[in-house]
Amino acid sequence: MEKLLLLGAEAIAQGAIDGGMSGVYAYPGTPSTEITEYIQHNKIALERKLHSQWSANEKTAMEAGLGMSYAGKRTMICMKHVGLNVAADAFINSAITGVNGGLVVTVADDPSMHSSQNEQDSRFFGKFAMIPILEPANQQEAYDMAYEAFELSEKLKIPVMIRITTRLSHSRAGVETRPLKNENKLTYPEDPIQFVLLPSNARKRYKGLLGLQSLMEQESERSSFNTFYPARNKSLGIIACGIAFNYLMENYQDRKFTNPVLQLGQYPLPFAKVEKLVSECEQVLVLEDGYPLVEEMLKGYLDKNSKIKGRLDGTIPRDGELNPDIVAKALGKEVKVGMKVPDIVANRPPELCSGCSHRDIYNALNETMLEFGKQKVFSDIGCYTLGALPPWNSINSCVDMGASITMAKGAADAGVHPAIAVIGDSTFTHSGMTALLDAVVENTPITVIISDNGTTGMTGGQASHATGRLEEICIGLGVKPDHVKVLTPLPKFHDEMVKVLREEMLYEGVSVIIPRRECIVQMVAKNKKDQKAKVEEVAQ
Amino acid sequence: MKSDIILAGVGGQGILSIAAVVGMAALENHLYLKQAEVHGMSQRGGAVQSHLRISEQEIASDLIPEGSADLIISVEPMESLRYLPWLSENGWLVTNTTPFVNISDYPDMKELLAEIEKLPHQIALNADEMARQVKSPRSSNMIMLGAASPFLDVPYQSLENGIKKIFGRKGERVVQLNIEALTAGRDFSEAHKK
Repeated sequence: MEKLLLLGAEAIAQGAIDGGMSGVYAYPGTPSTEITEYIQHNKIALERKLHSQWSANEKTAMEAGLGMSYAGKRTMICMKHVGLNVAADAFINSAITGVNGGLVVTVADDPSMHSSQNEQDSRFFGKFAMIPILEPANQQEAYDMAYEAFELSEKLKIPVMIRITTRLSHSRAGVETRPLKNENKLTYPEDPIQFVLLPSNARKRYKGLLGLQSLMEQESERSSFNTFYPARNKSLGIIACGIAFNYLMENYQDRKFTNPVLQLGQYPLPFAKVEKLVSECEQVLVLEDGYPLVEEMLKGYLDKNSKIKGRLDGTIPRDGELNPDIVAKALGKEVKVGMKVPDIVANRPPELCSGCSHRDIYNALNETMLEFGKQKVFSDIGCYTLGALPPWNSINSCVDMGASITMAKGAADAGVHPAIAVIGDSTFTHSGMTALLDAVVENTPITVIISDNGTTGMTGGQASHATGRLEEICIGLGVKPDHVKVLTPLPKFHDEMVKVLREEMLYEGVSVIIPRRECIVQMVAKNKKDQKAKVEEVAQ
Repeated sequence: MKSDIILAGVGGQGILSIAAVVGMAALENHLYLKQAEVHGMSQRGGAVQSHLRISEQEIASDLIPEGSADLIISVEPMESLRYLPWLSENGWLVTNTTPFVNISDYPDMKELLAEIEKLPHQIALNADEMARQVKSPRSSNMIMLGAASPFLDVPYQSLENGIKKIFGRKGERVVQLNIEALTAGRDFSEAHKK
């Protein structure tokens, strides 16, 4: 078989394609974006015309994926951990409806918050939904799990979750591929009422889901992703989940474990294997990237089994991602201490690109706010969140996708005036539209700035659902056309921008200001492409 | 044989191209490779680094343990120092001396260079200036890879082959300029390593 050099995210994409997937549904979010981007450019995916366009948000992605599965086809839905919160309603219910074609929900968590608001561990959501979870240790397993997950899903007629973390998603290694499978044919669910979650039916389905749990455990027990490595030294046994297994191995020369190790890659927990390890070892160290899910389950609440070590007793730090050094310390091994970073090394935080349109609107906004006072600007998630940092210090909130508009509304309801929301074009269509409707219904005096750069900038320039339809959406939601103002955010129009901002802030109703200029990164990339096309044209 | 390398720079400076060329060279020599990189928010002008590990044996961790990197390749002088905790006692630091100043408290250049010179095994070169000399201003990252090549456990020819594969789509001229940059960096290090 072919060997490819792939990011963990790309390995999942390739595994899903080779595993007979008919479509992916996703909203871009670091560290999950590269899964869908890979499928968008993959030759087989293009030949097979697999669905790979972005969805408006994670909830619509989850629901569309469920629809494809309803029709018998294999589907993957991808998101980052916080995106699963958005999709949670459909996600939890998909475990009750069950699936027809294999359905795999791949969620990329971000311990250490490299580019996220929180560290939440999606395995909890998988457990909450009571479905099997697969957690790869390396790029090869990421491929293999994606390849095999559809079959597991179809065998149990239940969605399957794949959980990865940033480190694996964004790390590259060699991956062996497997034979390309055919796509499923169109079929309908065997039980015609299965997807109708009326209470009477949902109760029946829920009992069915509960009844499946022991079967899921059996699958887990015999899964090749859950491996027990026996060893002589029983003073400490180790459970290593997902990528933690790599950090563990890094600490054993020649991969020869001196202590019994259970490598965990499939949940629910394989009861017999876990019990064997816990009963034969004096102490058990649990290594898991993210929250102490397995550790909590083993420790119990009142029992507080003191032989279980991990994040809860401080053997491992409670927050942040794992690494080989943290694992070495937990094993009581000596850890090298490197040189110190010289004091003169300064922090270099990310910043808005030079020439970015968000800079110009923040400059205008800052000047306008001199008149209206501080702490009245609610913002959102995207490149423009960097406006919270110096030299702008322009914004006062960033909570979740779409929260800027609703928070401004709540603040206005409380008496804050003017209450301003700053949101990007892609985030607006992700979760801002319903928020704007709330404000329109009550004609709440808020000023919404949709900083429109025509793309999803922070995640690398994916298509934005708002492009070409932003004014229509706002007017359609009920914003008065006189109060939908389009600006060109350039330094030469600074005074005009301040004037319009000021006027709209004084208006006692909903106004939307759309500063529109193409993302500078996208523009440069496009110009390069055009130039290259011209050169090639001349050459011909 | 194993090489544990930290690639350092600022988002957009081309460290992932260095990683890609080394990756190609590793593949050509049937070596195992793992390369952890930074995506997303940090790429907007922030500090970025990539852990790159190549080895004859299968590699376990995607991250390099502290105090054990054989090499730091940095395309920016201050960023070269940020990852010193990872450098092993006998490891080499190879850095560009052209600063990327996008923060108000960027340290004094003299102090920076003094910190770099304190290290027992270091090569500091003005890759931006050298790239202009070989008439390929955008190839300073390949100058840096060339300068690091004597400390890399892959044949030099494989790096050239890597450049051919990575830049091949962009035409013969781009390939040639990048190979010239690689050679210039290589020559500098051969003349200056002690």
